[in-house]
Amino acid sequence: MVRYLVRRGGLLVASLLLASVALFLLLRVLPGDPANALLTVDATPEQIEAAQRQVGSDRSLPEQFVTWFGQLARLDLGRSFVSTLPVGPEIVDRLVVTLPLTLFAFALAIVIAVPVGYLCARWSRTWYGAGLSALSQLGIAVPAFWVGMLLIFVFALRLRVFPSGGFPRAGWADPGAALTSLTLPVLTIALVMSASLIRYVRSATLDVLGSDYLRTARALGASSAEAMWRHGLRNAAGPVVSVLGVELATTFLGAVVVESVFALPGLGSMLVKGITQHDYPVVQGVLFVSTVAVLVIGFLADLAQRLIDPRLRGSSPGGSR
Amino acid sequence: MSRHRRSLVAGGILVGLTCAAALISLLWTPYPVSDTSGGRLAPVTAAHLLGTDRLGRDLATQLMVGARIALETGLGAVVVGGTLGVLVGIAAGFAQRWLDDGLAALLDIVIAFPTLLLAMLVVAARGASLGSAILALGLAMSAVVARLTRILVKRVLAQDFVTASLVSGTSWPRVVAEHVLPNIWPTLAVNLALQFGLAVLAEASLSYLGLGAPPPNQSWGRMLQEAQSTVLVAPAGLVAPGLALVVLVVGANLVADGLREVADPLARRSS
Repeated sequence: MVRYLVRRGGLLVASLLLASVALFLLLRVLPGDPANALLTVDATPEQIEAAQRQVGSDRSLPEQFVTWFGQLARLDLGRSFVSTLPVGPEIVDRLVVTLPLTLFAFALAIVIAVPVGYLCARWSRTWYGAGLSALSQLGIAVPAFWVGMLLIFVFALRLRVFPSGGFPRAGWADPGAALTSLTLPVLTIALVMSASLIRYVRSATLDVLGSDYLRTARALGASSAEAMWRHGLRNAAGPVVSVLGVELATTFLGAVVVESVFALPGLGSMLVKGITQHDYPVVQGVLFVSTVAVLVIGFLADLAQRLIDPRLRGSSPGGSR
Repeated sequence: MSRHRRSLVAGGILVGLTCAAALISLLWTPYPVSDTSGGRLAPVTAAHLLGTDRLGRDLATQLMVGARIALETGLGAVVVGGTLGVLVGIAAGFAQRWLDDGLAALLDIVIAFPTLLLAMLVVAARGASLGSAILALGLAMSAVVARLTRILVKRVLAQDFVTASLVSGTSWPRVVAEHVLPNIWPTLAVNLALQFGLAVLAEASLSYLGLGAPPPNQSWGRMLQEAQSTVLVAPAGLVAPGLALVVLVVGANLVADGLREVADPLARRSS
């Protein structure tokens, strides 16, 4: 296990380094000077020079990279070109919205997907089981932001039970209002995420239901529920847990778009604003934090999977997939 | 008719509907694209089958033109991602151990990076345009395709008839053309059909966020974004583009399901 931890940890560090280099290069090597974000069309040569000095684009690429990397190592993500405020604290402010949104939606998606996926498998030979599967298949073809718009239309504009968007200015100091404003966004992401999760749960359950050990357990007198609980659950959990990491990362990303639908002041809207305003430090900062989150989630998911499935413990990282 | 054959036909019809709308829009649309003679937010009538938007443009016309953007992005991304992915995948499949390991690790990292974030990064660097969207989605897709191709190539290379061919002196480009590609393309086709659907959805998300093809290209994603403020008066603007997206993506997924039969004849028995 220790050897595995070291190797998988090494892979994580290598991925983080590679991602930071890629982030840096993609925004620098492609045409267009980042200093342009600070300038108007009729800027004088002196102004251009000053802007380039401020942004750092007057120095060579390796120099810029060393500066950027040094700042990263000190957890300093630089300052926004537009608002001149430091990027790091603003990201923390916005995570207060994005993190709960992601985690609630992820939890709800699992709560929906596990029973529904199980029933899809149990009823796979009936017409209603097939209908349920078909419905979840449809779910993966529906864009999340459209589901959000439909929910707003029904629950906010017609029934008026939830707000159509926004987040209370007081934030979590007013938990009731905060939760109410997160209800529809959470539901949106959970519905879309559960559609793909249902398929994994369904196929994992089908595998278990068709297995010899379950038949043997039944033959030895265990009831269907007992056999499933004692033998099926752990076996079905393996393949599902292995995709949960990827799904959590996808949920986090789903939040980026859904935040815009509901006008939530989260990481997603910060990123979109940064891109449209050519505010490179903001874009870089948000993308860096998101990448770190995604890679760390993948790391933790791999560890969790090994704890559940002892058969994997002998294998090396990457080799088991 | 087997289940897979039914999927292929149903999917073909759904994708065909979108293609027909896109092709007809090249020659004829109910109104010129920027025509605002219908007045703002006109209701659904025989003259305006889906009503008009807040600028007075006919929604049915925009829906037809939007089909072009959806298909262009989806196909463009599949061409970029498919070509790049298959090339890298074959290279990794044939490569020496250390190069293969390096490429495999690199692909895992790129795949861990979600498509939409990658797309936003490219848009941030290049500016929002149809080309950026296609390039971004194609790049993200290429990693997935490359990983699949690499595995498929390895599987084919392990077969005795390939070893026999290599031992008897066939050059490796010829082995690729004669043995590898014919054996891997059916499975690749299934995957590319699925990837097409995902690219269409991702483009809609980008356009919704205002990071897709800029006007005058009318994309379904931007139609939805523009309709959001006027849903109470003109709900057709909310429903129609979303349904159009679902029809195309469900169609692509059904085609993928239907192609599975070609890819894996054993699948025929299981259903």
